[in-house]
Amino acid sequence: MNTSIGIVTAQRAHFDTPLTFRSGAVLPQYDLMYETYGTLNADKSNAVLICHALSGHHHVAGSYADDPKNVGWWDNMIGPGKPLDTNKFFIVGLNNLGGCHGSTGPASINPATGKPYGSSFPVVTVEDWVESQARLADMLGIQQFAAVVGGSLGGMQAMQWSLSYPERVRHVLAIATAPRLTAENIAFNDVARNAILTDPDFHGGDFYQHNVVPKRGLRLARMLGHITYLSDDAMADKFGRTLRSGKLSYNYEIEFEIESYLRYQGDKFANYFDANTYLLMTKALDYFDPARDFDDNLDRAFARAKANYLVISFTTDWRFSPERSRAIVNTLLHNKRNVSYAEITSTHGHDSFLMQHEHYHNVMRAYLDNIAREFTA
Amino acid sequence: MNHEPSQLTASRPDFAAIAASIPTGSSVLDLGCGDGSLLRYLKETRNVRGYGVEISDANIEAGIRNGVNVIQADLESGLSGFEENAFDFVILSQTLQATHRTEPLIEEMLRVGRECIVSFPNFGYWKNRLQVIRGNMPVSKDLPFQWYDTPNVHLCTLGDFEMFCDKYKLQILDRHVMTGTTNVSFLPNLLGSMAVYRFRRVS
Repeated sequence: MNTSIGIVTAQRAHFDTPLTFRSGAVLPQYDLMYETYGTLNADKSNAVLICHALSGHHHVAGSYADDPKNVGWWDNMIGPGKPLDTNKFFIVGLNNLGGCHGSTGPASINPATGKPYGSSFPVVTVEDWVESQARLADMLGIQQFAAVVGGSLGGMQAMQWSLSYPERVRHVLAIATAPRLTAENIAFNDVARNAILTDPDFHGGDFYQHNVVPKRGLRLARMLGHITYLSDDAMADKFGRTLRSGKLSYNYEIEFEIESYLRYQGDKFANYFDANTYLLMTKALDYFDPARDFDDNLDRAFARAKANYLVISFTTDWRFSPERSRAIVNTLLHNKRNVSYAEITSTHGHDSFLMQHEHYHNVMRAYLDNIAREFTA
Repeated sequence: MNHEPSQLTASRPDFAAIAASIPTGSSVLDLGCGDGSLLRYLKETRNVRGYGVEISDANIEAGIRNGVNVIQADLESGLSGFEENAFDFVILSQTLQATHRTEPLIEEMLRVGRECIVSFPNFGYWKNRLQVIRGNMPVSKDLPFQWYDTPNVHLCTLGDFEMFCDKYKLQILDRHVMTGTTNVSFLPNLLGSMAVYRFRRVS
């Protein structure tokens, strides 16, 4: 039942129509990397878009023929017989603009200059991403998604779809997300950005020309972020106060297991992720605020929505707390949208949305099975 | 499909009595909606638009499987997410007796709904009275728990409930009393095992 989709292939789509960003900046042309799983049915009614979070990308499920260990980031959710069943749905995952996994981003070569975009890459918003995703949908011949699904920053994109293109999405699955970040949440992002911005190797974002990478900043940003994605309980369970050598060494080397884990995660991340992409992703998080154009009235912002919603939160997620999801639910209730809400008991904090969890997956499966009945009936 | 409407009414005789007073196309909030069967029944037979509020994980899964809107929340921690007069009907089906803070909950029901419908087991039913006279707490089909494991903390008789309505100036619009699937009109507080009341605030 829980088998993988198997070997998948990444594809590249090129777009020549200029994209105007919310900031006013224009990108004359760009590429989007994407993957698809399953088969688009005859009336093209079974398409599902997966929107990724801060460090995600287009490789959502399956693995590559030449890199079998590189398994997609949501492989436990997507595949034959899984909640997002590839026998029923045609699933599209992409790497967002500004990313560092093949889609046009700060590290890409700007055709106009022959140099990496670096600091000149536009600051991208959730709305801009939805615009670029809609163009990818056009290219794939998808007029309307059966569902747009995302966790965290991905959940913001899923919600934005129902606001930017109310006619083009039937269901929104918004997981571990928020209608906008709290001040505390922006504060965490700003500390992470400052770690990168103040790294001497950052060179104002144009470090590529200097053949250096602001690894120290990126590493600190990831370490901080990682702490906020876990919960106190999860860290206590996994690491507690365990010492690596079993005794105190009275210096600043790695002593506690948690230090070892965080530094390892930070190093790993700094070795493959792009510092400018990290900055852009955190800014997109900070800027997302659909109520802003409506005098801070979220109910009015959602008045144009036509989709049905499944909202999911996790009890120990303090970065995107259940309270934030309830704010989304309340707005949907006030707008008389169809909405179901599940508050999943989980110890894994914000990262719960990526974890294998029976009840969480059952809720997803139940909701998605109903969606599948709409087009197979 | 989990079950057909006819099977639903057989398993829960209060469903038909509740549905009887709900016009087609109404908006409904079902508090303590369980697996969503009532909402689904009302959706299929009355084309209602509605939401269920439920606390248990298993029931949230079941409600979604039943194709109805379910919101996971503790209904006793308030219905603050719902706006005033948001619903034509607020239903509390077989849940009243298990609520801890009953008065504020009914107050909230009256705020978010134009009319309220509650169904509950009648503690005054003669078989219950007989068991008490014999010296034991009642255990029956409608009251299937032992005193030590019951979730029921606020059991009442029809007489008690009507006194409550009187005290809080609630106008009873409708009352269905039944035993099993049989309607009871003679000596309802003695011969009825279950009651469905529809009421609103006296305007």
